[in-house]
Amino acid sequence: MNGEIEALKRKAYQLRRDVVEMVYRARSGHPGGALGMADVLTVLWYKFLRADPQNPAWPDRDRFILSNGHTCPILYAILADKGYFPREELWKLRKLGALLQGHPSTAHKIPGVEFSSGSLGIGLSFACGVALAGKLDKRDYRVFCSISDAECQEGQTWEAALTAHHYKLDNLIAILDRNNCQIDGPTERIMALEPLAEKWRAFGWEIFEIDGHDYEQLISAFEAALKGRGRPKIIISHNLLGKGVSFMEGDHRWHHGAPSDAQFEQAIRELRLAASSQASGIGG
Amino acid sequence: MELKLGEKASLRQAFGEVLVELGEKDERIVVLTADLAGSTNTDLFAKRFPERFFNLGITEANMMALAAGLAMSGKKPFVSTFAIFAAGKPWEQVRQAIAYQSAPVRIVATHAGLTVGEDGASHQMLEDINNIRVLPNMDVIVPADAVETKRVIHALKDHDANPVYVRLARAPFPVVFDDSYEFEFGRAKVLRQGEEVTIFACGLMVHQALRAAEILAAQGISAEVVNVSTIKPLDLETVIDSVAKTGAAVTAEEHQVIGGLGSAIAEALGEHWPGRRASPLERVGVRDRFGQSGSAEALIEHYGLTPEGIAQAAIRALERKRRR
Repeated sequence: MNGEIEALKRKAYQLRRDVVEMVYRARSGHPGGALGMADVLTVLWYKFLRADPQNPAWPDRDRFILSNGHTCPILYAILADKGYFPREELWKLRKLGALLQGHPSTAHKIPGVEFSSGSLGIGLSFACGVALAGKLDKRDYRVFCSISDAECQEGQTWEAALTAHHYKLDNLIAILDRNNCQIDGPTERIMALEPLAEKWRAFGWEIFEIDGHDYEQLISAFEAALKGRGRPKIIISHNLLGKGVSFMEGDHRWHHGAPSDAQFEQAIRELRLAASSQASGIGG
Repeated sequence: MELKLGEKASLRQAFGEVLVELGEKDERIVVLTADLAGSTNTDLFAKRFPERFFNLGITEANMMALAAGLAMSGKKPFVSTFAIFAAGKPWEQVRQAIAYQSAPVRIVATHAGLTVGEDGASHQMLEDINNIRVLPNMDVIVPADAVETKRVIHALKDHDANPVYVRLARAPFPVVFDDSYEFEFGRAKVLRQGEEVTIFACGLMVHQALRAAEILAAQGISAEVVNVSTIKPLDLETVIDSVAKTGAAVTAEEHQVIGGLGSAIAEALGEHWPGRRASPLERVGVRDRFGQSGSAEALIEHYGLTPEGIAQAAIRALERKRRR
């Protein structure tokens, strides 16, 4: 177990380096949320998600729907690492003619991308449709849908929350990136969301609230969420925006923006150091 | 429902009945509405196939994105609500989840246009053709009567390549086609041959245009009537060929003259006109105004969407043609 967790942590730091390099090379993008979600998505993609990179259209694959599409660098890093497309594509992010669009796109046929996001609040409804189709077809795939905390300011998120409960979509697991940040500042200052877990509980969802950088909590939350029957589940993952890069951590100004040359060097250095501490069993 | 030429028949009932037939043929067909099962006649499908019917409550934005999820998971979703709640309120969800992804969702909107009647401007959607036509990947179909509605809905069963918007109305329309009528997606149909002016119409206005042609004939004017039920993609060949012959055009629609059929025809003539001298175009429709309460008949009269109104527009077009 410990060896497995250390390997997962090293993977997350490797993916974070790709995130920083993608945004640095693209000279634009959203590094903060992507870095904060690296741990929860590493645990999902490398331990729980049933998918086949050689056959992205496999009908029984688990679906991963990224509703908070601006955090796509972390998804792209995972997909490249898994072999959905060549790693070279990562460095063309956001350029004209590139496979990897600024926000996830099925229109551009990015292998492994299930939904075109970018406009907030839409993905959870789409995920409900995919989950309903799974129920109708009696397929046992699970639908994982990542949403951001500020997306809970969108009314449509709550329309979807009603729907998933109404249709007892227990094949749907939402993952809420609770990093308390949105473009203009802290969520609680812009448009308060708390008590957020109580809101989801009141809508009939099963709640798992965890530290999104604690691997034991992450693993047990996914295990429990996958067991739950009769209602939709949500993992409220308390994440640190910019996690792993000291000058980005917790600073909402890194919601979007590319690092300078010096910042890039520093970020990569810090992420390498953190990864090697994992390798030697120190820190984390 | 039996359909007799000249008698009024409900388009949405035709839609609801054909949906049940399609449901028998293909279990991938699923139907969604937002608390308007009765008004859209999707309750007929709900009774027959309750497990494939989803009443999502008043969550139109949610419904559109959810339908995209079903479509991209192998289902053939028909989504039905009032036009204002299909092409108005959830427009961005239609754009992002349906059009951009080219998710083959069939949006069948009822209660479009002024003929909603007494409910007034809030419910009289006069901008839906505009809103949907502008979106890449979206097709737009406006059936003229209950017969064409039946043919269109049948055709949608295999409309799998991209999404489509079908515009129906609350009020029953006079039946203009007999049972032999065949709908061909993407083709405009010349319903009456003429030599001096072409009237392009869709929806209820096809019936009005045919009567306008009779009024004009009584005055010795030969008008051609074209049913443009597929507004997008527009049948350029038929449109241009007809105006090349007649040299004058009128459009007639139960929609704003901005952005709808009139705009589509103006764009086509402007860009593709082959002749040296431009042909005059007159647009009949709602002229940059909102609707209001009243009976369907009174509103059609008040806003000039009558056979007489179309005939007058044809005469104006002919006068402009003579002055060229």
